[in-house]
Amino acid sequence: MSRTVTVGISDLNVVKAPDILVTYALGSCVGICLYDNVRKIAGLSHIMLPDSQGFALTGNMGFKFANTALPILVQRMEQAGAMRTVLKAKIAGGAQMFAGKGNSSLANIGQRNVAAVKAALAHLRIPIIAEDTGKNYGRTLFLHAQDGTMLIKSVNRGEWTY
Amino acid sequence: MELNNYNDLSDTHLDVLREIGNIGSGNAASALATMLNHPVDIAVPRVRILDYEEVTQNLGGPEQLLVGLMLSMEGDVSGMIMFLLNREFAHMVLNTLMGTSLEEDGLLDEMGSSAIEEVGNIMAASYINAMSSLTGLNINISVPDLCVDMAGSILSVPAIYYANISDKIIFIEDEFSSTAEQAGSHILLIPEVDSLKKIMMSLGLEL
Repeated sequence: MSRTVTVGISDLNVVKAPDILVTYALGSCVGICLYDNVRKIAGLSHIMLPDSQGFALTGNMGFKFANTALPILVQRMEQAGAMRTVLKAKIAGGAQMFAGKGNSSLANIGQRNVAAVKAALAHLRIPIIAEDTGKNYGRTLFLHAQDGTMLIKSVNRGEWTY
Repeated sequence: MELNNYNDLSDTHLDVLREIGNIGSGNAASALATMLNHPVDIAVPRVRILDYEEVTQNLGGPEQLLVGLMLSMEGDVSGMIMFLLNREFAHMVLNTLMGTSLEEDGLLDEMGSSAIEEVGNIMAASYINAMSSLTGLNINISVPDLCVDMAGSILSVPAIYYANISDKIIFIEDEFSSTAEQAGSHILLIPEVDSLKKIMMSLGLEL
């Protein structure tokens, strides 16, 4: 029997096969899947903002930002037995939900989140092997620790896997 | 008292916000009823300080399909107004105004989007007018932005925008329903902390 573990907003978690990680309704937030395909260990982070600069990082605040959440996720995966050097990433989200007629400052936050996630992964030397980002729709993301498959579901465009 | 966070609000302050929600939504509901030529009921507004995940749970779960309209407030009060219509409510609006229906996948054509945006425009203007006359504050609203998608994805937008203030958000939540069908909608008023101070002071309250 596999368990399904939910990752909330500004949250992260690690599971081993055959468990499944899920995060619901990514909008402009980004979901980052990390996977060790040898030991079948999966980690998922749901970030809201690109950078922690200017914020006091108390408690789990570090889970909220791309630059702080990803090093924490890698550390948790290593504690669970994963090898940093074999980790591969798949990322999804960072949509622009509203066209931005009314409020332009909100318009590119999804894009900025995706850019920050890519920078953080490059810094950790983790390659991105699949990406479903941008555009204008919400995504629910499932990550299967059994084989590292990322399943994306949307409300009006169906579902597909990476 | 220095207000840094929504959690610092007292019961009196929450009562004031509830009353603003009451008057605003009363006005918006009568505008809507006139437009639709159809009675519209409103529930007593709730003012709650919640985590985003609790908000989406209250709206039927993160994956619930909603029609979302977002307008920004500027002037003496800044912040955001969101209208969230459920599928039945959006369908009722389209059917009454245009004689068309909401497709199963929730996608709207240009005419349908315009009709929904116009309803949002008129409701928001009525809501804000009521709030303006009550407080004497000058408030402008932007044109609405439309999005049909999962509740959680729509709400990620205000969640991100206000993330620098707090993980929690104050929602002045008004629920509208039409007697004819199981059609419901919510108005969320999301003021910035500085604007809350101005609202309270305009009504002679210390904050």
